[in-house]
Amino acid sequence: MTHPVLRLENIVKTFPGVRALDGVSFSVLPGEVHALMGENGAGKSTLMKVLGGIYQPDSGNILMGEDKAVMSGPLDAKSKGIVFIHQELSLAEELSVAENIYLGELPRKSLGRVDWAKLSEQTNAILEKLNVGFDAKTRVGDLSIANQQMVEIARALTVNAKAVIFDEPTASLTDAEKVVLFDVISDLKNEGVGIIYISHRMEEIFKITDRITVLRDGQYQGTVNTAETDEEAVTQLMIGRKLDLTRNASHHELGDVALEVRGLSCGKLYQDVSFELRRGEVLGFYGLVGAGRTEIAETLFGLRDPSAGQILLDGEEVRIHSPADAIAKGISLVPEDRKGQGLVLEMNCRDNMTLPQVDDLKAGPFVAEGAEVAIFDQYRDQLDIRTPGWKQKAGNLSGGNQQKIVIGKWLSMHPNVLIVDEPTRGIDVGSKSEIHKLLRKLAAQGYAVIVISSEMPEVLHVSDRIIAMYSGRIMRTFTSDEVNEDNLIQAISGLGSNEAA
Amino acid sequence: MQPGALAKALKSGAIWGFILLELIFFSVAGEFLSLSDKAFMDWENMLLLLKQSAPIGIIAMGMTIVMVNGNIDLSVGATFAIAAIVLLDSMTWPIFAGLGDWVIPVAWLLALMAGALLGALNGLIVWKTGVDAFIVTLGSMLGYRGIVFMFNGENPTSHLNWTLVDFAEAQFLGLHTATWFLLGVTFAIWFLMTRTVHGRNAYAIGDNREAAVNAGIRVGPHMMVNFAIIGFLAALSAVVFYSESGSVNPNDGQLYELWVITAVVLGGTKITGGAGNVIGTFGGVVAIQLLRKGLGHIGADTSTVNLVIGLILIAVLFLDKQLNVKGKEELKI
Repeated sequence: MTHPVLRLENIVKTFPGVRALDGVSFSVLPGEVHALMGENGAGKSTLMKVLGGIYQPDSGNILMGEDKAVMSGPLDAKSKGIVFIHQELSLAEELSVAENIYLGELPRKSLGRVDWAKLSEQTNAILEKLNVGFDAKTRVGDLSIANQQMVEIARALTVNAKAVIFDEPTASLTDAEKVVLFDVISDLKNEGVGIIYISHRMEEIFKITDRITVLRDGQYQGTVNTAETDEEAVTQLMIGRKLDLTRNASHHELGDVALEVRGLSCGKLYQDVSFELRRGEVLGFYGLVGAGRTEIAETLFGLRDPSAGQILLDGEEVRIHSPADAIAKGISLVPEDRKGQGLVLEMNCRDNMTLPQVDDLKAGPFVAEGAEVAIFDQYRDQLDIRTPGWKQKAGNLSGGNQQKIVIGKWLSMHPNVLIVDEPTRGIDVGSKSEIHKLLRKLAAQGYAVIVISSEMPEVLHVSDRIIAMYSGRIMRTFTSDEVNEDNLIQAISGLGSNEAA
Repeated sequence: MQPGALAKALKSGAIWGFILLELIFFSVAGEFLSLSDKAFMDWENMLLLLKQSAPIGIIAMGMTIVMVNGNIDLSVGATFAIAAIVLLDSMTWPIFAGLGDWVIPVAWLLALMAGALLGALNGLIVWKTGVDAFIVTLGSMLGYRGIVFMFNGENPTSHLNWTLVDFAEAQFLGLHTATWFLLGVTFAIWFLMTRTVHGRNAYAIGDNREAAVNAGIRVGPHMMVNFAIIGFLAALSAVVFYSESGSVNPNDGQLYELWVITAVVLGGTKITGGAGNVIGTFGGVVAIQLLRKGLGHIGADTSTVNLVIGLILIAVLFLDKQLNVKGKEELKI
């Protein structure tokens, strides 16, 4: 067996009250793509921060080749040949490609001047190797996300990289862009670089990785050869039990049409969108990031003005000018960014839940606290929200319970239409299925529900019908009988047939 | 033409167009409204305008790099006053009595060092505590001003050195001493920001601090250097101004921070950091001085000037948002 380029031995890292890493070991061989998997909070990011020198481990060793290495900081890790391609692209948009690639290490001349000639020469040499369609002087903010990622990768190539870590690299890439990325990864692999690949997307993991290491709650769960395992086994390692991800099979009676959208457009964001939503139905919106799904939700919630088209509620045309307007008309939005858009994290659970209606709960000039507590209690029981009490700050709850607070907030307004954008983003696998069950239950109770999701299993699991979007257009509307993973993928990649509106 | 190219061109040239508009407006309006029969666009008048721009302008160059960095410095006015007192008072200290006119460079050096140190202190606090620069310099603004009052109460500090006054009032190639300092500082900071590694790092830090940290740039020390630079420039501004006037009141330099920030913002620097340049700031400084001078020329009083500048600042930022292509796809509030 060849010697690993990088080996971690029994890494332990504790924070006050948390044992984030509890004796984690794993190794990366030269020319290997090694997947690192685990739920949110399993310790992947902490482990990567230890590797990058941002955290120092309490105990345990990092070995590079045969020597012990101590990473004193990001620059030190880079100089030792460990390079990160971050999930959140870590680029300065106003600066040029060349400056971003050599950020922190711009070549100098006398008087501390930047050596521009040398800079663009070095940069162009690297860009040529990557075979990209932009040059050293391009402003990074003008590039597509995929090309920005190429800039990050180019940055990795400036040093003699021994190990490259990709953290959720495909999160916002189109299929075509993924192909280019995988080509670059396979080039790196052929050059004998060890690659750590962090992703939640099973199909990618099984396509490009050689081995898989799984973490759970900061503990090492094992390493398996990708060729000798399957998705189910890996999931089981991740969550410690089996997961129910069967397709939605419940077919209950649908009510009348609650919401109808005809030919809705909003500039370049999406065009000519038409659909119907019935009471008791969960309508799934599936597509890539940037396909226009969230923007449609924002239009329905009064955050954007449509440039054309009609919105009908219960058969009557309405114009929605603001979120206050939307709420009054019975449309609610559970936004995709729960912490940024859905909750006031510093506020307690009760106040978060009654936020949209606190004005209606007044007794004289004062807020009727008793009524607020009653509402909170009702939805805590109904949605099974686990919190020590309503005084708990929303920011202290787990992701799943936070999401339930947001959902409870809107249910207490008795909406006609409930839109849920990315219902389980950042929520661990266990709580996910609980949220899924909840969404199905709400539909069964007669709510009209729209679910927007980037996760195919989720959409397949909860939806009665699925609208596939590509680049601002509806490509096809599937019923749960006709949809399968293949035709859904095709539709959101722009390959499926364009359904007549 | 690419989408947004027009908006971009308008934005980068906007400040110069605005200056041109001011010149035309005040020249024409001056014909009817002015009390003097001297033309507004008189050569002498324009030279004087540059000289009068210097105190604010010199500090604004430092503010540009601090704001591009994503920080702000509200203490420059107080630093300005402290440096002025150090300059004038140190020339009367007995230990320098035997130096004759050689006391001038010594006093200059002391004043500039005082400014750089006060600035560096701001930077050190921002770096080590991680408290927002706005709060830190709000505190030091009050604190430094307190030191000014502690020194001499409500009384002015005065010392007139005629050699120094001669130097300050001199003209070289037609330009006043103060103007040369303004131009020199503008060039120096332009060079620093566009040509050096330190300058490029300043943009990177303001644009995406996390990226800068990940790239191994030492963000804390970098910001401290920039605070020292703006402190130094606030002192330089005081040195240039008080060499001529010879007397400093404890309230001098108040609201300078706001004039400076207004000039920098008018010149196109983003208040969130990451974008901006020294040439634009120079335009902003000239535009404000033109406005003050022009409104005076047509007989408006000082309070009107402040009102007009306030309105223009808001109008400019609104226009900027409208011209910005991204602005149109933003969510409503």
